[in-house]
Amino acid sequence: MTSFDAIVIGGGHNGLTAATLLAKSGRKVLLLEAVDAVGGALRGYEFHPGFRAGGLVHMLNRLNPEVAKLIGFGGALAGAAMLPTVALSAIGAPAVLRGAYGERIDGVTAAEAACFSELREKLLFQAGILKRFLKRRPPRIGGITAGDMATFASAGMGLIRNGREEARDFLRMLLMNVADVADEYLTDDRLKGLVAFDATLGIHLGPRSPTSLLGLYYRLTGEAGGAAGAQFMPGGGMGVLAAAFEKTAVSAGVTIRTGTTVTRILADRGMTTGVVLADGEEISAPIVVSAIHPQTTFLNLVDAAELGTGFLRAVKNIRSKGNVARLDLALDRPPEFKGLSSADHRGRLVIGRSIDHVENAFNPAKYGEFSEDPVMEITIPSLADPSLAPNGAATLSALVQFAPYQIREGWKAGKPRFQRNVLDVLERHAPGIGKSILGVSLMTPQDIETRYHMPGGHWHHGELQADQLFISRPVNDAAGYSTPLTGLYLASAGSHPGGGISGLPGLLAARHILSGDRR
Amino acid sequence: MTPDPATRIAGQMHIATPRLETPFHPRLAALSRTNDWYSWAGCKAPHSIFDTELEYFCIRSQAALFDISPMVKYRISGPDAERCLNRLTLRDVRKLAAGRVHYTAWCDDHGHVLDDGTLFRLDYEDFRLCCQERHLPWLLDSAIGFSVSIEEETEAVAGLALQGPTSFSVLEAAGFAGVKALKPFQLAHFAHDGSEVTVSRTGFTGDLGYELFTSADKALSLWDRLWAAGEFFGLKAIGYDALNRARIEAGFIVATADFVTAEGALRADRLRMPDEVGLDWLVDTEKPFFNGRDAILRARKEKTLKHILVGLEIEGNIPAEHAIVYHRGKREAGLVTAAIWSPLAKRNIAIASLERPFGERVTDDLQVEIYAMRELQYSRLMKRAKIVPRPFVRLDRRTATPPGSF
Repeated sequence: MTSFDAIVIGGGHNGLTAATLLAKSGRKVLLLEAVDAVGGALRGYEFHPGFRAGGLVHMLNRLNPEVAKLIGFGGALAGAAMLPTVALSAIGAPAVLRGAYGERIDGVTAAEAACFSELREKLLFQAGILKRFLKRRPPRIGGITAGDMATFASAGMGLIRNGREEARDFLRMLLMNVADVADEYLTDDRLKGLVAFDATLGIHLGPRSPTSLLGLYYRLTGEAGGAAGAQFMPGGGMGVLAAAFEKTAVSAGVTIRTGTTVTRILADRGMTTGVVLADGEEISAPIVVSAIHPQTTFLNLVDAAELGTGFLRAVKNIRSKGNVARLDLALDRPPEFKGLSSADHRGRLVIGRSIDHVENAFNPAKYGEFSEDPVMEITIPSLADPSLAPNGAATLSALVQFAPYQIREGWKAGKPRFQRNVLDVLERHAPGIGKSILGVSLMTPQDIETRYHMPGGHWHHGELQADQLFISRPVNDAAGYSTPLTGLYLASAGSHPGGGISGLPGLLAARHILSGDRR
Repeated sequence: MTPDPATRIAGQMHIATPRLETPFHPRLAALSRTNDWYSWAGCKAPHSIFDTELEYFCIRSQAALFDISPMVKYRISGPDAERCLNRLTLRDVRKLAAGRVHYTAWCDDHGHVLDDGTLFRLDYEDFRLCCQERHLPWLLDSAIGFSVSIEEETEAVAGLALQGPTSFSVLEAAGFAGVKALKPFQLAHFAHDGSEVTVSRTGFTGDLGYELFTSADKALSLWDRLWAAGEFFGLKAIGYDALNRARIEAGFIVATADFVTAEGALRADRLRMPDEVGLDWLVDTEKPFFNGRDAILRARKEKTLKHILVGLEIEGNIPAEHAIVYHRGKREAGLVTAAIWSPLAKRNIAIASLERPFGERVTDDLQVEIYAMRELQYSRLMKRAKIVPRPFVRLDRRTATPPGSF
C-alpha cells in the first residue's frame, strides 16, 4: 500500500489549488482525477468536428488575485482587458456596460447612466463589506477566534465609515430581491433585466424571489485586474488557465493521476486513513482533501457507518439541482448581433430584456418545466481563441436558463423543444444566425452532471442561497473545510465561499489544513 | 381539490376514537374494575385494573399480565441491518447473537439521548427495536447508505409482559414447551394458533418474567391461552401504576419521565448525554463509530458532563416524587424523577437527576424537600437522602435458569 502526506480528490481548479499549496509546504501530495484530464470546469471539449469549447466556464470574473499569482497568472490578470457587458434589447439598440461592471454605459440616457452609477456604487460598497468574509474561513459557532472578531469589527467599521445611513441601508437591502432594488434605482428595462439576470444566473431564484440580490452581491465580490465586477477572457482562451493550474501543481511536486476514480474514503472511528480506488488499490494518507461535490463525498465515498445520522441527513438535503444549460454553436462565420459594434462582440452579451422577462423565464422552472422564452449570456470564444474553430468559422457559447435539472416530460423529449426555444431567441437578436449553424451542442444540467461529475449539474456544487452560505456551506458541521472526520477536508465550490473560478475554496481549505487545526 | 363533505367526514372518523384501543382491549375492558385509563403513545392503556396495591403484589408474588402493545416497535432487516443498528445505537450489535435481546439507547449527532429501548435479534439479519418514543424519520435517515429495510410495526404486533415468580409456570401450563431453557435476554419462537409467538425472557420489573409478541389478530387467542393456564398460578391483569413501582425498585429509567428525550426537549438545557442519565455503561468506546460518539467522548475528556442520575434512599416513608434535592439544606442539587416506598426493600427509594459535582464528587449531606399534603395543608419535610446503588432490589429468581417452578 502506497502512502502520501495528503490525497486530493478531484482535479478541478480548487483541487489543484489546494494540492499546490499543500505540496509547497513540503508535503507529499497525490491528486486523483476521475476523468482523463485535470481542469474540471475549465476542461474544454470538441462539440462538432473541428469546433471546440474552451470549458464549461466561458469568462473569468472572480479569479482570486492570490490564486492567480500562485499559478503565474498574476500579470495576465492585472493586464487583462476588461470586456464589456452588452444588455441586448428586443426592439432597439443595446446598452453597453464598459469598464468594471458599467463604469461607463453607452446606449442609455445620461440620467439613466447616473442612476446606474449610483446603484453600482451602492452595490459595490455593500459587496465590499461581504467580500472580507469570502476571503477567510467562516467562523465556527462556539469557536469564534480573534481573527473572526477582527473581521466582524472591520466589516462593522467599513459599514459605518460612510455614515449610519449607509449601514442601515446595507441591512435593509441584504436579503432583498433584486427586482425591488432595480426598480428603486433604474428605469431602463435593459439595465433592470441585466441585473436581474446576473443576480439569478446559476441559482434557482427569480428576480422577485426573496434574497435574490445575494446572487448579484456574490457576482460583484469577484474582481479582475484589481477592479471589482470586471470580467475578462485570458489570451488564448480558458484552456490556458487549466494548463496553468496543472503546470503549477506539477512543478510544486504534486503527483497527478488522471483516469483514476476513488470509490471509498477510508475512515475508522472518526479518523480518515486514506482512499480506495476503483481497481481496489488502497492509498493511505492522514489528510484527504475532497475537492468534489460534498454530496458525492459523503453519500458515495465515505461509509455511512462512519458518519452521524444528523450529518448525513443534512448532506442529503443540500439543494443542488442546476438550472443552467450550456449551448455551443459551430458557425460558418462569426455571428452578428443587432446594433452591436464588431469590437463589442468580444464581450458578454446578455439576453434578459426586462425583469419580467427573467421572472417569466424562471416561473416554469418552479414546476419542472423549462423556459419558453429563456434568458442567457453569450460569448463568442473563437474571437479570443481562434484555434477553437476552423479559419473563418466561429463558435458561440451560451449559458441559458431556466433549464431545471429535472423536467416533467424528461429531457429526452424536452431537449429538442428547448433547443428550438433557445435558437429562436438567438435568431431574434442575431438575424440569420440559424442559417450559419453547422453544429449544435446543448448540455442540460443532466449532461453537465455526466460530463463534469457535478451532481445536479450545479456549478456551485449546491445552491448559492442564504441557507447554504457561509457557516452553513455546505452544511454547518462541515463548514470551514473540516468535517466530522478528522483528516478529511472539503475544498470544492460546495464549500465557502462558493462556485465560480475563484480558487478560494481550495486556497482557504489548504490554508486551514496548514494552520494545523485538524478538525 | 377539496373532497366532498361526505368523503371528508369519513376520513375523519378517527376523531371519534381519540385513543386507539390495543388488540387486548376487549379483555382489559372486561376485567377493569377501576375504569382508570390513560394515554400511552396514543393508545388507551390502564393505570390500574382492580387495585394498584394488589396488582403490584401480583408482580412480586404471583404472575401479572401487562399489555405492552402501545410500545413503539420497529422491524429492521436486511444484509446491513447489523451495521446500520451498530451505527445507530450505543452498544455493540455485533456482540448480540441471533435469538438474544439487549437493552440499549441511541443518541443524536451531539450525543444527546433520543431514547432507550430493547433490541431483539430475531434472526441474523432481522431485528426488532422496542422503545418509548417514535423515531421513524430518524431511523429512515439512519438507513441512508445501508442495504436495510425499516418498518414501523407498532400496530401490527401485539405485545404482552408476563411477569412474576409464577410466570414460568403459567407459560409451561400454557404449553410453551422449551421456555424452561430460556436464559435472561434470550428469545425463542413458538407456534400459536396457526401463527407464531416470540417469547423473550425480558421485562421491566426486575423479576422473573417474559415478554410475548404476536401478530395483532392473534392477540386475543394468546391472551385466552395464558389466562386459562394462569388460573391456578394467581395470574392477574395489571395496569401501569403497579408496573411503575416494580420498575423503580429494579432501578429502570423511563424516557420522558426520568429524562427528557433529545427530540422531545423544548429547552436546550434539558438535553442529556448517556452519562447523565445513568446509561454510561451502554457506551461501547471500542466498537465502530456510532451516532454521538465524538460528542460523548469529548464531553468525558473535557469533563463537561453536567448531570448525573443516582439512586437515593430517603429517610421516612413518604415518597419523594418530584422533590427538590438539596445539599447542606440550602444549595439546590437536583430533582427526584421517580420515588416510591418500596414494599419489597422496605425502604423509601428514589431516582434523582443531580447537577454535578453533586452525586459525583459531592455525595454527602443531601436532603430532599417533600411537601406532604395532610388534610389540605402541606407539611414541608426535609429528609436526609443517601446515594445508593441501583437496582434497589435484586432477585435471584430473575436470573435463575431453569426458572422456579410452582
